[in-house]
Amino acid sequence: MTVIAVVGTGLAGIRAAETLRAEGHDGRLIFIGEEPGRPYDRPPLSKQVLLGETADLALLDERGEAELAAEWRTGTRVTAFDPHNRTVRLGDGDRLNVDGLVIATGVRPRTLSCDLPESGVHTLRTLADATALRDDLAGGGRIAVVGGGFIGCEVASAARSLGHDVTVVEAGDTPLRAALGEPAARLLARRHIDSGVHLVTGAGVHAVTGGRRVTGLVLADGRVLPADTVVVGIGAAPDLTWLAGSGVACADGVLTDQWGRTNVPGVVAAGDVAAYACRTGRKRVEHWTNARDMPVVAARALLADLRGEDTTALPVHDPLPYIWSDQYGSRLQFAGRPGPGDRFTVVEGEPDGPFVAVYEHSGLVTAVLGVDSPRSFTRLRAGLRRTWAS
Amino acid sequence: MIELCPLGDLVAGTVTRVAPPGLPAALALVRIGDRVFCIDDTCSHETASLSDGWLAGYQIECPLHESRFDLRTGAPDCPPARRPVRVYDVVVVNGMVCVEAEGTA
Repeated sequence: MTVIAVVGTGLAGIRAAETLRAEGHDGRLIFIGEEPGRPYDRPPLSKQVLLGETADLALLDERGEAELAAEWRTGTRVTAFDPHNRTVRLGDGDRLNVDGLVIATGVRPRTLSCDLPESGVHTLRTLADATALRDDLAGGGRIAVVGGGFIGCEVASAARSLGHDVTVVEAGDTPLRAALGEPAARLLARRHIDSGVHLVTGAGVHAVTGGRRVTGLVLADGRVLPADTVVVGIGAAPDLTWLAGSGVACADGVLTDQWGRTNVPGVVAAGDVAAYACRTGRKRVEHWTNARDMPVVAARALLADLRGEDTTALPVHDPLPYIWSDQYGSRLQFAGRPGPGDRFTVVEGEPDGPFVAVYEHSGLVTAVLGVDSPRSFTRLRAGLRRTWAS
Repeated sequence: MIELCPLGDLVAGTVTRVAPPGLPAALALVRIGDRVFCIDDTCSHETASLSDGWLAGYQIECPLHESRFDLRTGAPDCPPARRPVRVYDVVVVNGMVCVEAEGTA
């Protein structure tokens, strides 16, 4: 009987497992997950959960879980993989023999490299992180958000709507610049200020002050920013230590081809952890849609590998990138992969209200940004998908 | 039986949103050939209007998060939506598109 282990119980792991079953894997299916508890979805963690709103986080209902017929080894880490003996070693000392392995371990948030007080400094990745932050936010006070990426912007928005005094500290010129480009980021930066959030840009963090509990930040230019709670959203990286010595090729992530296959037969990777080959070289994508879609391709490739079939006849993973974010009562949608010099034009609406903008290169639309304009965004994205596919 | 709109108002290839009094929520109508399909207009995941979405064959893609709902069954093809939207039986009476008040999930 074929045994497949899925390491990681986030969206990517669940999607891989669902695909394995749907595509006919009738052998053992073993989930190994570091986090205890049932699998959950992460987007609400920086939104509804912080606001104390109810959100349906479950990735599997009872029926879905029963249909997977999986064995659950949660609350334990994988510590090593031996590709020759095909064994996975667990943190509790157990050793499992596997035929196939899906690596869907995601990423861990980076934090500041300076000394940190024991409490009041947060990163946000897990449900436990989110509830700890929510509890701290309930105490009120001044909130400093370090990093103006999507997580930082959403946390700032949530904290502000709870009525707190919020400051976003961004090392670059403007929040969201890396994701959306300079012109779009500049337009959206106003929304922080219009919502009453203080925005400090071009500022690195030199130190975090406080004894047991955080009291503030010292910025690289010497400015002192008092804070009762600090949230650090400065990116994330995969934890690949358990793969050291396994022969599975890794760099910034687990290296895969366009089907999610690693260099080791019978081992695939998908989601945030996978640095996959694509039309523009190699990408490691930390967005929800990638964790939804890539595991489907990778699971199919794994089954083809295990059955001795030709994987290269299967569809590759090369989707039009798509992300969304909810901030300050607005819905942001962004699709495409624009180049740094692409022309940015607002084609509908006004920058301080709902609007739609396109990015163009040599007369071709390379990306679309929509704010509270789902209908127009959807139509422009449909055109972009056709270009992307051709 | 609730009257929604004249059959002639439905244009092939587009989704028409109707919000009739007597029904708790807006509905989305699609005409394909001789048949008219009717489902809840609100995505089963978050508050998005499916009539703002993209129609391809028998599927409407939610404009926000890309789950595609089958007009015939209401079932989504992929997350984030996991529950179906309600599907309503449509009858055309004297040129008016009508549904029973209770759809089926």
